[in-house]
Amino acid sequence: MRHPLRIAAALLRVGVAEALVYRAQIIIWMLATTLPLVMLALWTTLAAEGPLQGYSEDTFIAYFLATILVRHLSECWAVWAINEEIRAGSLTLRLLRPLHPLWAYAGQVLGDRPLRLAIILPLVGLAFLLHDGPDLTADPLHWLAFPVAVAGAWLLQFAVHVLIGALAFWTEQSLALWSVWFGLWALLSGYLVPADLLPRWLQHLNAWLPFHAMLGLPVEIALGRIPAHDLLPHLALQAAWCLLLGAAALALWSRGVRRFEAYGA
Amino acid sequence: MIHVQDLTRVYHVPHKEPGLRGALRGLFKRRVEEVRAVDRVSFTVEPGACVGFLGPNGAGKTTTLKMLSGLLHPTSGSVSIFGHTPHARKRGFLTTIALVMGQKQQLIWDLPPRDTFDLNRAIYHIDPADYRRTLDDLVALLDLGALLDRPTRNLSLGERMKCELCAALLHRPRVLFLDEPTIGLDVAMQATLREFIRDYNRQTGATILLTTHYMNDVEALCPRVILIDQGTVRYDGALDRLVADTLPDKRVTLRLTAPPPPEALAPFGHLQRLEGDVAVLLVPRQTLQPTIARLLTDLPVADLSVDDPPLEDVMRRVFLRNTPPADPA
Repeated sequence: MRHPLRIAAALLRVGVAEALVYRAQIIIWMLATTLPLVMLALWTTLAAEGPLQGYSEDTFIAYFLATILVRHLSECWAVWAINEEIRAGSLTLRLLRPLHPLWAYAGQVLGDRPLRLAIILPLVGLAFLLHDGPDLTADPLHWLAFPVAVAGAWLLQFAVHVLIGALAFWTEQSLALWSVWFGLWALLSGYLVPADLLPRWLQHLNAWLPFHAMLGLPVEIALGRIPAHDLLPHLALQAAWCLLLGAAALALWSRGVRRFEAYGA
Repeated sequence: MIHVQDLTRVYHVPHKEPGLRGALRGLFKRRVEEVRAVDRVSFTVEPGACVGFLGPNGAGKTTTLKMLSGLLHPTSGSVSIFGHTPHARKRGFLTTIALVMGQKQQLIWDLPPRDTFDLNRAIYHIDPADYRRTLDDLVALLDLGALLDRPTRNLSLGERMKCELCAALLHRPRVLFLDEPTIGLDVAMQATLREFIRDYNRQTGATILLTTHYMNDVEALCPRVILIDQGTVRYDGALDRLVADTLPDKRVTLRLTAPPPPEALAPFGHLQRLEGDVAVLLVPRQTLQPTIARLLTDLPVADLSVDDPPLEDVMRRVFLRNTPPADPA
């Protein structure tokens, strides 16, 4: 095995082992992700009297089930780890190793995926089986696009976590900004409301922003709501945002590290 | 070779006034203080040397070590470690050094040390056969066998420190920075680590720079010391010479067959202590031999030993001498 693969495998092994140690905490986090269920109840009630812009009760059920799945696949929590390690000075130890710290954070975050999937896949799968109505897409092209879109969604999440986490190099208030970001993200990503139910002007604006690519895009691909000929432009826009935010995150990180004075280390 | 030239680091520390008023004032006008933590420090360390880097708290030791290990960018001056510039933090440099801090750990807290070791094997690209050999050596030297598979959080401080050293040495660094590695450890564990560091230095020829507040560490490990205070180098040279120059007297401890009157001892040197039949005299080094000869002939000596004054006294004297005199109020 070549070195980068060996390092990735070692990081993931450690991430999985840590996730298993923190299994109770992760399961509680997962159970606490109830917002899609609340929105599911809300929207199905509203749609009980008739479909809302093409969304029936059943469509909402499928939409929010897929949302739960994608949310757990693309979830990231690096901002808290980064913030804490910069403020406490323990980032020092990561900087001493010949490995970019962002790889280590990525490994830690992705290490909990097997545990999350082991819990969420059967639950969501069962719900889809029991649910009578629009289902996951059967189109192979969409199934090919789905993992790509999920990977892109995760990368975008990670880049934003690094961008906001790295602000801790300059300010003690970076987590406050995280709350502002989360509010915007929840509204525009499709987490609270499907993106095509937003007001028309906001839809036009949102089409060029990164939020939809961070959740709504993979959800809509899983449900086959995006026509096959539109897949490529959507994925291309997602890739462009990955490049842009990824480059910004890297640039901010390296400026921050230069400034890092390792207080308390 | 480690070459440090005019190394300087200035911190800009925000000054916060206490209380609500201070907090509100800080919102509009932030006062920043300039602290010169390290000021034009220069020295050279030959390959294979073990050098003590000593000074009181806040003297600039850790800041210097951080610049030497690439964690801090110098404000000015230069550092070269075996041809590498530390703050560029290139792979070649990071695989050349290791920094072990007594108060910080790289071991993954909730996993056994073996997991951290395995991770380091991948990160440092250590050949599997070399890794096994080095790990076996370190496990034997540090007596880690039973600790490898216990979660780090369940290890005692001393056990953790031994595993920290092991994690730091797996890639066989040529330069080892040790920042208070024995802090908080009991006397037996301090001695174990000291012995290990000395053997490691002899066997591998690694260059070691050690900061510590324990003078036993210094005596056992560092023929050469660099003293730093208020960010500047106050002494750089042999430990023996520092002791001889700072406290020119030797300490002669006598046990006599009967308790002597103090005036009987006065002609031989400065009487530091007299308890029953045991007396401690401070005798100038130049007159040590004839004084001992006279002591043995003139007094009923049952036992006699000669040593240097404790290193703690030497350090206290050096740093007191360097403190500016108090304002005569």
